[in-house]
Amino acid sequence: MASKVFEWLDERLGLNDMYKALLDRPEPEGTWWNTLGSASLFLFIMQGVTGIFLLMYYTPSPDHAYDSIQYIMNEVAFGWLIRGIHHWGANLMVFIVFVHMLRVFTTASYKYPRELTWVIGVLLLLTTLGLGLTGYLLPWNQRSYFATTVATEIAGLVPFAGDFITRVMRGGTDLSALTLSRFFATHVWVLPATLALLITAHLYLIIRHGESEYPSEED
Amino acid sequence: MGRSYKVSRRDFVKLVSGFFGTIMGAGIALPAIGYVLDPALKSGGAREQWIPLGPVDQYQVGVPAPFNFTRTQVNGWERTSSSYGGFVVRESETDFKVLSNICTHLGCRVAWEETENAYVCPCHDAAFTVDGEVISGPPPRPLDEYEFKIEDGNLFIFFKEG
Ligand code: HEM
Ligand code: FES
Repeated sequence: MASKVFEWLDERLGLNDMYKALLDRPEPEGTWWNTLGSASLFLFIMQGVTGIFLLMYYTPSPDHAYDSIQYIMNEVAFGWLIRGIHHWGANLMVFIVFVHMLRVFTTASYKYPRELTWVIGVLLLLTTLGLGLTGYLLPWNQRSYFATTVATEIAGLVPFAGDFITRVMRGGTDLSALTLSRFFATHVWVLPATLALLITAHLYLIIRHGESEYPSEED
Repeated sequence: MGRSYKVSRRDFVKLVSGFFGTIMGAGIALPAIGYVLDPALKSGGAREQWIPLGPVDQYQVGVPAPFNFTRTQVNGWERTSSSYGGFVVRESETDFKVLSNICTHLGCRVAWEETENAYVCPCHDAAFTVDGEVISGPPPRPLDEYEFKIEDGNLFIFFKEG
């Protein structure tokens, strides 16, 4: 019965072909280092899921941001767990993405024809860091407030445009409700959507070119 | 190479991933369900109270007297105040009835209309008699009553959350 249903669907959707093209593709001999891209992808999905759950209670306004986080941590069942996963997952994601990049670098996998995979990879790293930066402000506690003060101040050191960049990031001259809501919007929509698109392109290129062989002694 | 294995390497990997995948999935999904349902499962604490409505003498026989009171409750990280109200109906020197003003159809607030001699609901045009019986419209039952007591000539009603 189940196999009949599957056959019916497969005939129309091409599930088997999809499986072969996406997951059952030929791979060169690899090591655990080759799993780091998939680990990054897994972490991205996990951040997405736990992030959506946090949104159920988090409120991006200076009056309520701090209290809503206290509520998540101390009152909601498993709130500490969901926030903990999101918090540590964020740190781990930056780390794993970075190590993934180191692995691609040390195995020289960025060379022809994978230059664009690398370039998109750089954007992936920057976007991931951007998520970390914007997420850090959201709890609206002393530490996040001053971390963002410092970060936007540093952005102000850019020659000529610096002042303007700081204003754009803060939504004005001071850190305010406007800063919080633009960081929030960037954190939950702009950057995740960007990251999802970039990941799609990254994975398309990986499937298109296949994964690289590790360099041999002759290389 | 181990051609004689009963379970192929591939199947073994599938099985192990499936097993740990299920444990991890459940480990996330079950807490997540608790997390989402949590506020629905909590009660607002002891939400029962006698509310004073003043001396009985001020209520005239046959004239519904509206009253209002507000309760604040902590919901999450915020205090929410809700207002409640109703009518004290003195049916005779000794008989009282305290009606809620919440329409029994879908919860709008009814108001006493002198000219129609009825409580009228603005939402779907229901009308209730002075002691709460349905005259016309969709409500399935009479207006709800508050439990009350009279102590030292003062009227109190019993308020229960929800
Ligand atoms: C959110 C971040 C990222 C995700 C989800 C991701 C995902 C992946 C996945 C699933 C693979 C398959 C092979 C493997 O896992 O090693 C891969 C390969 C690759 N990644 Fe990433 N990646 C990310 C960030 C980066 C960064 C920061 C760089 C470099 C700047 C990069 C450059 C590459 C390149 C060049 C390959 C091809 C490697 C080969 O063919 O051997 N990626 N990526
Ligand atoms: S809510 Fe009162 S008539 Fe519908």
